[in-house]
Amino acid sequence: MAAASRPSRRRFLIGGAGAGAGAVAGSVGLALGQRAPLEAQGAIARADVASSQGAGTGHGGVTDATHGGGVSGPTFRQGSTVDHAANGFDPSALLRDFDYGTTSVLPDGRVLREWDIFASDEDIEVAPGVVFPAWTFNSRIPGPTLRCQEGDLLRVNFTNGSAHPHTMHFHGIHPAGMDGVPDVGAGVIEPGRTLTYEFDAAPFGVHLYHCHVSPLAEHIARGMYGTFIIDPLRGRPPADELIMVMHGYNTTFDADGNQLYAVNGIPFHYMHEPVRVQRNELVRIYLVNVLEYDPINSFHLHANFFDYYPTGTRLDPSEFTDTIMLGQGQRGICEVRFPHTGKFMFHAHKTEFADLGWMGFFEVAD
Amino acid sequence: MGVRPGHRVPTWCLGLVAVLLLGTALAALGVLGGQSLPERTGPPIEQLAVEGTVLTPGVIELTVRNTGPDPVQVAQVFVNDVYVDVVGAGEPIGGLGTATLRLAYPWQDGQPYLVSMLTSSGAVIEDEIPAAVATPRAGPGFFGLMALLGAYVGIIPVLLGMMFLPVLRRAGRGLVRVLLGVTVGLLAFLVVDGTAEGVELAESAGGAFGGATLVALGAALAFLVLTGFDRWLRDGQHADGGGSAGGFRLALMIAVGIGLHNLGEGLAIGSAYAVGELALGTALVVGFALHNTTEGVAVVAPLTDKRPSLLRLLALGLIAGAPAILGAVLGAAVNNTELSGFLLGIGVGAIVQVITQIVPVLRERAGSRLAPTTIGGLLAGVLIMYLTGLLVAA
Repeated sequence: MAAASRPSRRRFLIGGAGAGAGAVAGSVGLALGQRAPLEAQGAIARADVASSQGAGTGHGGVTDATHGGGVSGPTFRQGSTVDHAANGFDPSALLRDFDYGTTSVLPDGRVLREWDIFASDEDIEVAPGVVFPAWTFNSRIPGPTLRCQEGDLLRVNFTNGSAHPHTMHFHGIHPAGMDGVPDVGAGVIEPGRTLTYEFDAAPFGVHLYHCHVSPLAEHIARGMYGTFIIDPLRGRPPADELIMVMHGYNTTFDADGNQLYAVNGIPFHYMHEPVRVQRNELVRIYLVNVLEYDPINSFHLHANFFDYYPTGTRLDPSEFTDTIMLGQGQRGICEVRFPHTGKFMFHAHKTEFADLGWMGFFEVAD
Repeated sequence: MGVRPGHRVPTWCLGLVAVLLLGTALAALGVLGGQSLPERTGPPIEQLAVEGTVLTPGVIELTVRNTGPDPVQVAQVFVNDVYVDVVGAGEPIGGLGTATLRLAYPWQDGQPYLVSMLTSSGAVIEDEIPAAVATPRAGPGFFGLMALLGAYVGIIPVLLGMMFLPVLRRAGRGLVRVLLGVTVGLLAFLVVDGTAEGVELAESAGGAFGGATLVALGAALAFLVLTGFDRWLRDGQHADGGGSAGGFRLALMIAVGIGLHNLGEGLAIGSAYAVGELALGTALVVGFALHNTTEGVAVVAPLTDKRPSLLRLLALGLIAGAPAILGAVLGAAVNNTELSGFLLGIGVGAIVQVITQIVPVLRERAGSRLAPTTIGGLLAGVLIMYLTGLLVAA
């Protein structure tokens, strides 16, 4: 199910995906209900550059105001949203969705932690009206956030329900046979087969897992990745904990950059559903970059600074900053307290990625 | 053939039976044949051609046409890697259907933009705006400007060229033949030039309505209609009473042919100006004046031994030049490149017809060879058009 696009100057022969299972889901529709006329937009934009959002644009209340358009910044068709119910996941829920698995105590007193993970092929509405033939873990992008404690014995029962061969390759310390790469140990897991990956939880920190079957870039870019958190034995200070996985969608499958950039599955999602946090409360962000086809990604928080713990493997921060840069597979923990209430933007400080979907808002309340 | 009229089935009956059989066969094919073949394999083919671009402050408006076999849903649009608010094309665009997309984007004067339309299947269809320029408002002032432009490049040069008539009169028959040779040379150049431009234009839109075929269609249409018109003139001698009608008839035919050519030329100028690809100015007007003055010479070349009234000469000039005004206004108002290609094709066909009219006159006597001087005139005509054409490279 490949697609190609060969745009020439004014002549186009575009093949999109869509044969068989990739056909556009009939249920996908555009919610175009609320939309201000462009004339009004333009008029406001010319009159007052600073009135970027809120009541001034006439889109409704401050909290759920539609942001962007013209000089106010990037946006999808205003008022259009993704059908999260049809997708089966919602980025707002993913933020704090930690999967601790099922635990039992082994005879030697260690904790045995188990998860059931499956791979599946899903048509996901990755932007309003745009259907992407994805390959997923547990039918969502990003896959489930697997969370455990340092020293646990982990068993991941992986079933390949996809039509394509896959593996689960964890970042962490484990035996070669449990590495989830072709030709080592169980190697590639064919469709319909099951394998249990078993290893110790080490080292503590924020890690990731992803499929490692060739062509590797496509298997990752199709959506097969997730966060893997190992908590230190002594724990971390209590905080409002969030997961943010930075990634993209190469909807044309040309392996040349991405058409959409996002954090936690849906581009621009947190622009109209801001991440709600409390003033002065410690907020801990488990940040992972799995962006394919682009060499770097970055994370920038407006009007606030955070302590940064690269890979989360040390308990002392390495930096106090508002911007960090990450290559693919790099990850870390950001800890921040918001001293002021209000809306604060966060986005890739690679502006192109921000303009193509990787931007959102924190909304700080008392 | 040995047909017995009494037992003959009426022709219309046979025709009806044939049509009915054809209809039945087509229906059967549609019902049965379609099912016996598999569906097309592979992804949907999504094609959009941008037929119109209107730039107003803060807004880019694109008129797109689906030139592919499958419906196209433009889900989102990004301009220079920024997603923008889109109004319009909320529903899928069917085959050959059109839609207008209004994009809120603070574009800057003179800068290039790449508009990327992300379809429901994730495909990207791109449209390049080489240099953004505010689209002129289509009001009386604008159309007045286009009319003025058409007059500058059409009527004035042609009339200027016609002023060479007294000079031509003094010259002998031999020189007139040379001048007619020059005329054929420049017309031949226009045939090649118009064909190339027409094909390029018609193909640039994706060829939903035939592309280059449209240019050939226009040419064939013009050639046949003008040939018919010429036969009609010859039969009735409507143009000029008496036996000396040949010269004036030829002049009229040349004027009509050049007029149709100037329609296409005006169209190209008007649309180029509307999308900001043409700088108006002294160079352009002087260039076109030089270029098109030769067309005026061509119109009066057959009239050296006639004494046409001034009114008649003026009419010839208007026939040859005025269509440029119509073309310019049309080109600025209707931005359909395939229509432009078709009209350029009409110009080509008209000129070919004119050439077939002039060529016999180039010979001293029927069947004789062309004089070397006449051949020199042909060459000179091609060269003149080539060199003056360089002045108006838009």
